[in-house]
Amino acid sequence: MIAVLALFAGVLLGVWLDPTVPSALQPYLPIAVVAALDAVFGGVRAKLDGIFDDKQFVVSFISNVLVAGIIVYLGDQLGVGGQLSTGVVVVLGVRIFGNVAAIRRRLFRA
Amino acid sequence: MAGSAGEDGARRVVPDAPAGPGERRSERRAPTDSVGAVRDTSGVVDPEEGEPTVPLPTDEPTVPIDRQTGSESGTSRGSRPRLTATNVVIAVLLAVLGFTLVVQLRTNSGDASLESARQEDLVRILSDLDAQEERIRQEIAGLEESRRQLSSGAQGRQAALEEARRRADELGILAGSLPARGPGLLVTFTPVSKPIPAARVLDAVQELRGAGAEAMQITGGDGAAVRVVASTYFLDSDGGISVGGRRLTGPYTIVVIGDPKTMRTALNIPGGVVASVSGDGGNVTIQERDVVEVTAVSPRRDLQYARPVS
Repeated sequence: MIAVLALFAGVLLGVWLDPTVPSALQPYLPIAVVAALDAVFGGVRAKLDGIFDDKQFVVSFISNVLVAGIIVYLGDQLGVGGQLSTGVVVVLGVRIFGNVAAIRRRLFRA
Repeated sequence: MAGSAGEDGARRVVPDAPAGPGERRSERRAPTDSVGAVRDTSGVVDPEEGEPTVPLPTDEPTVPIDRQTGSESGTSRGSRPRLTATNVVIAVLLAVLGFTLVVQLRTNSGDASLESARQEDLVRILSDLDAQEERIRQEIAGLEESRRQLSSGAQGRQAALEEARRRADELGILAGSLPARGPGLLVTFTPVSKPIPAARVLDAVQELRGAGAEAMQITGGDGAAVRVVASTYFLDSDGGISVGGRRLTGPYTIVVIGDPKTMRTALNIPGGVVASVSGDGGNVTIQERDVVEVTAVSPRRDLQYARPVS
């Protein structure tokens, strides 16, 4: 509940402040967001499965974001940033879909 | 994913199965479920029971939810400070996530432009734009060239027309077919003791031509004026001269357009026109005028033999 409220608070804050993304962060922000979404869906799934662990969630959230950013950064340094970020998005998308499928099964049994 | 799909299929098969005889299903279920008499009683009503068999899974979600809420409340009750700390961290993380999500969405929807493009994409776009610019520049150059040609053609026509008109005027003045005006001299030959011979007038005309006269006419004492052109001839006739077939009597006035100083000097040179006319018993007066008018025109002559070369 707190988490949902915090999410809404963040959304509202973003809408209210409407900041501009610094150009140095621009390639990494979308990937970081997707990675964080992956962590969030994994956390929701774990919550529904009853195996949610706060510490694990925090660690997975941060590490997801960091690893995604590092991978994209490495890709940029290697000259394959576009392809690598696409790959990261694909992988995270697959994970998110898996988590969402599990959540859906858990909630709707379908 | 494949595993989950299989799971889905398996679960679907169970509710779909009821088409078959209920007894067999109930029999099959009985050992697996290993639930007691409740299942047996439910086995009596077959269609109703088809659904209740599913509730087993339905029970499961309710159970986890209960379990989860229970565990949550339990944990929160159990050790509050640690959990609030992690909860705060989670809240902060999710708030940051929401914040970044919105920011990113805004950024992307704000401008779907180059700002978020990668370096190589930007380079490619830039080179594309360069090539496009090059093409457009070439096109511009071609169009400018054709425009210049067209306008220069029009201008050229205009200029040629004006040039031709100007030249026609000049030639008309030189040929004596057009009246002219400009700075020049009035040269008056007044016979004193005897008539001025035509040779003297011709000398004066030649001298004036040599001094750059551009248009001349000679006026007799009776006011008759004759344009002096290349074909004008001077003859002595009785009591006067015949200029181009026209008989004039003195005094003669030559109206000449040209540089006044030069012509005056040319007429006044020692042994020149003024001197010889004076020696022949005549008088020459020269007046410089800022504007003199040569109004007489020579009669037009249609060329009979000569044709332009081009």
